[in-house]
Amino acid sequence: MIRVVRSTVIDAPIAAVWEILRDFNGHDRWHPIVRRSRLEESKRTDQIGCVRNFDLEDGANVRERLLSLSDNERRFRYTIVDADIPLHDYVADVELKPVTDGDRTFWRWSSAFNTPPGQEQELAALVATEVYEAGFAAVRSRVERPSAGERQMREAAQAAPSVRPAAGAAIEGAAIVIERHGGAEELRLARTEAPPPGPGQVRLRQTAVGVNYIDVYCRTGYFDLLKPPGVPGLEAAGVVVDTGPDVRHLAPGQRAAYACPPLGAYASVRTMDASLVMPLPDHIDAETAAAALLKGVTAEFLLHRVHAVAPGETVLVYAPAGGVGRILCQWANRLGATVIGATSTEEKARASRAAGAHHVIVPGEKSLEEQVRDLTDGHGADVIYDAVGRDSFAHSVDALAVRGHLVSFGQASGDIGSQDISVLAGCSATLSRPNYVHYTDTPEKFGASAERLFDAIERRIVTIEIGQRFDLKNAADAHRALESRETTGSTVLIPPHDGEAAS
Amino acid sequence: MARVYISSVIGAPADRIWQTIRDFNALPDWVPAVRESRIEGGQPADQVGCVRAFRLQDGGFLRERLLALSDYDFSVSYAILESPMGVENYIATLKLAPITDGNRTFAEWTAEFDCDPANEAELIDNIGTNVFQAAFDALKARFGA
Repeated sequence: MIRVVRSTVIDAPIAAVWEILRDFNGHDRWHPIVRRSRLEESKRTDQIGCVRNFDLEDGANVRERLLSLSDNERRFRYTIVDADIPLHDYVADVELKPVTDGDRTFWRWSSAFNTPPGQEQELAALVATEVYEAGFAAVRSRVERPSAGERQMREAAQAAPSVRPAAGAAIEGAAIVIERHGGAEELRLARTEAPPPGPGQVRLRQTAVGVNYIDVYCRTGYFDLLKPPGVPGLEAAGVVVDTGPDVRHLAPGQRAAYACPPLGAYASVRTMDASLVMPLPDHIDAETAAAALLKGVTAEFLLHRVHAVAPGETVLVYAPAGGVGRILCQWANRLGATVIGATSTEEKARASRAAGAHHVIVPGEKSLEEQVRDLTDGHGADVIYDAVGRDSFAHSVDALAVRGHLVSFGQASGDIGSQDISVLAGCSATLSRPNYVHYTDTPEKFGASAERLFDAIERRIVTIEIGQRFDLKNAADAHRALESRETTGSTVLIPPHDGEAAS
Repeated sequence: MARVYISSVIGAPADRIWQTIRDFNALPDWVPAVRESRIEGGQPADQVGCVRAFRLQDGGFLRERLLALSDYDFSVSYAILESPMGVENYIATLKLAPITDGNRTFAEWTAEFDCDPANEAELIDNIGTNVFQAAFDALKARFGA
């Protein structure tokens, strides 16, 4: 077994060095040999077991798993899962220690590995110099305090009059930008500009931005909707600043909202295709619109168009206390259906009953399908709205009534994968896999759905609960809360007002 | 439990500095505050369990037992048996690590102890500054910073 140890002292406080190193998915930001890094399987950068996938500058690919991470000791350990470079049984440690004498940082990077016979020297040198020592130099250049000479030059440069291009008629604002797919920490505040609207476009000052679980999938790259660098988010509400030629349905000063691709909603200002933006009725405030539109329009087409829920039908809703689930319960109840919610905890069961579920089932001695049969005298569910995915699919099929309809519209527990459709013959089942885009991609389709939703909100058939608000700059916290299932109701981001600088 | 942590960089290879530090009876050679030292019972200074009895420049008298010594890790641990400082359960470790970049040494010195809470902050500062950092400064003066 070969051992490589390299160590250095970085002339910067340990917190500054650790901030850079602790991001297991961040090496492409500083290490010269890493062209691109991404995390596999939607894991987070500080999640033990996560795998980073490196494309190196020379074209090689390396996959490395995080084995341990300690904020307390400021160290982490990782192993190569597979690599185009023959480093076998490779386990490495990165470790920082404070140098109290001078507020500096001691950094030790070490590893042990095997190689094919005859390549020991060559690969040990590669690891020591091109990986570890090159990494030391790269981090040093990022965090070390400038020398006196460098400081003088920088100050001189700053004192020089700055030449700024004329801003034209663009409006400056703030946006959350993702530089690459990854964890919540990839959501970073940046400056943005909304150009004057062209033909068919509108420019909005956004006052509330809706957060949806699909935003997480876009951030991690699970859904291929956001090509970094880019701004995430599908829905927002605000006020029309101005419109381009050929826009008739919107006027400056009017309140308006949207919930559709393309992404870009996590911003304080935005110029976009006006046909996607609809004016808000007086009784819908901006935060409610941002909180309700995507989830409510989803519930609308699930209940009315994917399946037209009829009085007397039994409807099974998974995650009935969640954003879409709560609206499904409320609305299906008012449509005259018997609503069964399938949830995990007593607390969520109470929230589901409050939302209109007639029955709530939680995991117990009996399976989900047995509990549904017990509640329906053996009939089963006429329609099942299932966004759980992998873990629920088989149970859903077994819980269906004869000629029942399974509507699979999400995969919170993971990909459903391949399924044998012959099981659907057991009850002559219908299976739907609707995609939001196909029910909302024209102003006519979206407008009809949104109008029915706004009407349901006005008549209190559907009530929107905003469980948490975050400043736009704290979008990462919003995602963390969503992913850890800590949220209730809807989550909205509040962009900064005019004049509040992005930092 | 109070904790002191002091670390520094010394401009010489770790194995060279270690030759000075590993001698449990050599405090007067490199720690300015120590005037004289002896090992009790005529035991070797690298025998784990041996006790050094030493006197400070200010007259203070201490006895410390060697708990661990590692030539592989460049590490020495000891406990205070008797001192004028008013500390209980005092255990300290001094450890060197090579800095491959520049043939220097990272030195760290930790101590943990119990004491009267009223004296804790002063003791931490005194041990950290006047003992550990002062000793590191002496090593830097001798071997280079």
